Amino acid sequence: MAKLHVSTTINGEPTEFLCEANDSMLDVLRGPLGLTGSKEGCGSGDCGACSIMLDDRLVCSCLMLAAEAEDSDITTIEGMAVGEKLHPLQQKFLELAALQCGICTPGVLVASKALLERNLNPTETEVRYWLAGNLCRCTGYDKIVRAVLDTAAEMREAAQ
Amino acid sequence: MNETSNKWIGQNTIRPDGADKVTGRAAYGADTTMPGMIWGSVLRSPHPHARIRSIDTSKAEALPGVKAVITAKDIVEFPLDKSVVLGIQDMRWMCRNVMAREKALFHGHPVAAVAATTEAIAAEACKLIDVDYEVLPWVIEIEDAIKPGAPLLHDFIQFEGKPSNIAGTLEHKLGDIDAGFAQADVVIERSFTTRPVHQGYIETHACLVSVSADGKTTIWSSSQGQFMVRAMTSLLTGLPQSSIRAIPAEIGGGFGGKTIVYLEPLATVLSKKSGRPVKMVMSREEVMRATGPTSGSMSTVKIGATKDGKIVAAQGTYYLQAGAFPGSPIRGAAGCAFAPYDIPNVISRGFDVVSNRSKVAAYRAPGAPIGAYAVECVLDEIAEALKIDPLDLRIQNAAREGTKAAHGPVYPRIGLLETMEAARAHPHYKAPLGKFQGRGVASGFWFNAGGESSAQVNITEDGNVVVTTGHPDIGGSRAAIANIAAELLGIDYRRVSVLIGDTATVGYSNLTGGSRVLFASAIVVTESAEQVIGQLKARAAKVWGISADAVVWENGEARPSGDHTGNFPTMTLAEIAAKASETGGPIGAGVQLNTTGAEGGFSTHICDVEVDVELGIVSVLRYTSFQDVGRAVHPAYVEGQIQGGAAQGIGWALNEEYIYNKDGKVDNPGFLDYRMPVCSDLPMLDAVMIEIPNPKHPQGVRGVGEVPLVPVMAAVANAVHSALGKRFYSLPMSPPKVLEGLDEGTLQAAE
Ligand code: FES
Ligand code: FES
Repeated sequence: MAKLHVSTTINGEPTEFLCEANDSMLDVLRGPLGLTGSKEGCGSGDCGACSIMLDDRLVCSCLMLAAEAEDSDITTIEGMAVGEKLHPLQQKFLELAALQCGICTPGVLVASKALLERNLNPTETEVRYWLAGNLCRCTGYDKIVRAVLDTAAEMREAAQ
Repeated sequence: MNETSNKWIGQNTIRPDGADKVTGRAAYGADTTMPGMIWGSVLRSPHPHARIRSIDTSKAEALPGVKAVITAKDIVEFPLDKSVVLGIQDMRWMCRNVMAREKALFHGHPVAAVAATTEAIAAEACKLIDVDYEVLPWVIEIEDAIKPGAPLLHDFIQFEGKPSNIAGTLEHKLGDIDAGFAQADVVIERSFTTRPVHQGYIETHACLVSVSADGKTTIWSSSQGQFMVRAMTSLLTGLPQSSIRAIPAEIGGGFGGKTIVYLEPLATVLSKKSGRPVKMVMSREEVMRATGPTSGSMSTVKIGATKDGKIVAAQGTYYLQAGAFPGSPIRGAAGCAFAPYDIPNVISRGFDVVSNRSKVAAYRAPGAPIGAYAVECVLDEIAEALKIDPLDLRIQNAAREGTKAAHGPVYPRIGLLETMEAARAHPHYKAPLGKFQGRGVASGFWFNAGGESSAQVNITEDGNVVVTTGHPDIGGSRAAIANIAAELLGIDYRRVSVLIGDTATVGYSNLTGGSRVLFASAIVVTESAEQVIGQLKARAAKVWGISADAVVWENGEARPSGDHTGNFPTMTLAEIAAKASETGGPIGAGVQLNTTGAEGGFSTHICDVEVDVELGIVSVLRYTSFQDVGRAVHPAYVEGQIQGGAAQGIGWALNEEYIYNKDGKVDNPGFLDYRMPVCSDLPMLDAVMIEIPNPKHPQGVRGVGEVPLVPVMAAVANAVHSALGKRFYSLPMSPPKVLEGLDEGTLQAAE
């Protein structure tokens, strides 16, 4: 079967790719597009390691067909820092040691950024439920939750 | 080195690999490609137990795009009658685990593998392989496997002179057990079961292997030890170790589960046969069916104490599931179980039971959490029977310097008592509890390991530092190594870059396991740095024309001392480096050692739970771990180990378990049904670090990675008992089990 041609925007760059009808967005990101920052922990929507933004929606890229990317605006972990400047969440994760092995980190960061874009003043419980789809086996989540809450506080302050 | 003078040791510095990990740049096992690369896929047994009569691969080989097909005959065989041991693994089992030989021993056991130009073709080709199986009766659970007449996995296993699934035993003995129980005023004996649980690393196993025409092999893979990968691949493929370069990818979690190989030897043989680089990546389902987990267990513990609370005798019997091949962690279960206590009369026994499930792999203090679960629950019942506070009972009986443990050693200075006393004094222990809420405590021990490590410390021409060690960094060890090197050399930690070498670029270094990485690498890095400092002083002395003995190294500078004090301006590291070629050439040193003196780790935990009596859900409300960490070189990553261990233990206690269907297959091989704790399941996890420096280590380091898991299941179980007045003797305490246990009487009493 002929491959599908898809035109989309990834991390601000107009991008074209060819894919099979049954390729997931994660397959294409990690394969032909070489964006391996999104990870595959399960391929079934249960771990969140593949989290990306599809327009303004947080999605598991393993559950999204690559063909659905047509005419959309996709942001992956690779699009989070601006040049050398880390996003405040990335910086805070480093400062608070909110990663151990780091395999969950791209997904957790993408999801956390999506949260703060909606709610810059989340409670601990809100952070915990928002990130409930992002498995981390190393940290017990403590430092992740603290890093998100601290970043939110700093971003609120900076916004004033 | 005294504490107050430390500039970097004890600081939460930014890890050297951090920026790459928060930007998605870090390359893990599945993140690399090579030109001409093709894909490998594994055909797995659909039966839990079957004799393999024959395998016909011809149709698969004929499929366009298929480049190689392999079966057990392509893997080096280690005959059953001669044990060849590598670390804690026996190659007789390893060769049969990576590829089924005479029999398939569990559902998911590899029987063949294919390499093809695409993943889809490789998967398609697997379906074309014809395996003629003679399906055999199978057995999964321990109680079934040790019954007379149970299906037997291996003809060569004998127990008490008869064919059996009990593959090995171990016994630790101290004093006179009968005399001990005779002195007891209260004796409590209980039996417990735990279920197998998976390590649950989020990164699945993955590798990329290229074998060139002359046999030179490059392995890129995610593991807990590139040298283990090299050695096992060499043994299983027949390639000499000198031909194999194993490069450690970043590793996305291991917890013990990546201390053995699954894919690397297969990919190597496929690459050799096809002449192409071969990439293999497991699916989560393959991980759940065919890798890890740790053992399920059946245990009985009997403890006797006098009425004033002195424990006089203790007996433990632990049956652990090994999976398809011998080798369950009975040493950890039977050896660690009573280790926190000074008990004069002990018998602790372990039985290694094979059954038709995947071969167990190490999981964070292998066996020890199983041992502690039973002991710490029975201790709680003893405390209750004697009306003694459970922490007071533990404090009264705590092992201390000079205590002889049943598993052998006499303890040097240890910090167990300090963990218990800190717990008793902590506000958590006195905080009020509400209805259906309860509090539990438990302690635990893990051996910790030393072993082989290598390091190279080089001074760059511009006066900065590159440290290379040989242990994959799973939890921030590079950051701690940077702290130590910066401290010793007296420079900013940002000037130290820490790398993990591959097997061709750094000396032999044993696994990232046994809580050994910082303990051992700190020793070799310290010795290397000291040699470098010696060289730096000698170079400055040469420039100044004085004796090297007259030079001191301070704050990153050489300074003349004694009679020469003040005679020359100090020389910085950068200044000495700039003159290196004139003063004797490159500056650097490497040290390779078999380190000793790791000394055990102890911790004590307090857990508060609340039980939702309508749904049977147990929630952890508050959790505090108190651990003797020796010296926290990078405190945030030490806390991280403690918190992560608590989270894994909470999962083990409350939810995680393998569920088998009636056909002997795992019914929940994914994260939806194999329910690990998610963010909303947990509270903040408090870690109280107690620093009793290990006297046998230059920085006082003790292993910290594993003991955080040891007490958790018992602490949670004791908390549930305190909330409900009812004890569950089997894990997990999952909602259906808790609901079933909640009869009217229990509920009324708990209210
Ligand atoms: S890989 Fe997409 S949710 Fe796990
Ligand atoms: S840091 Fe390892 S899974 Fe989150």
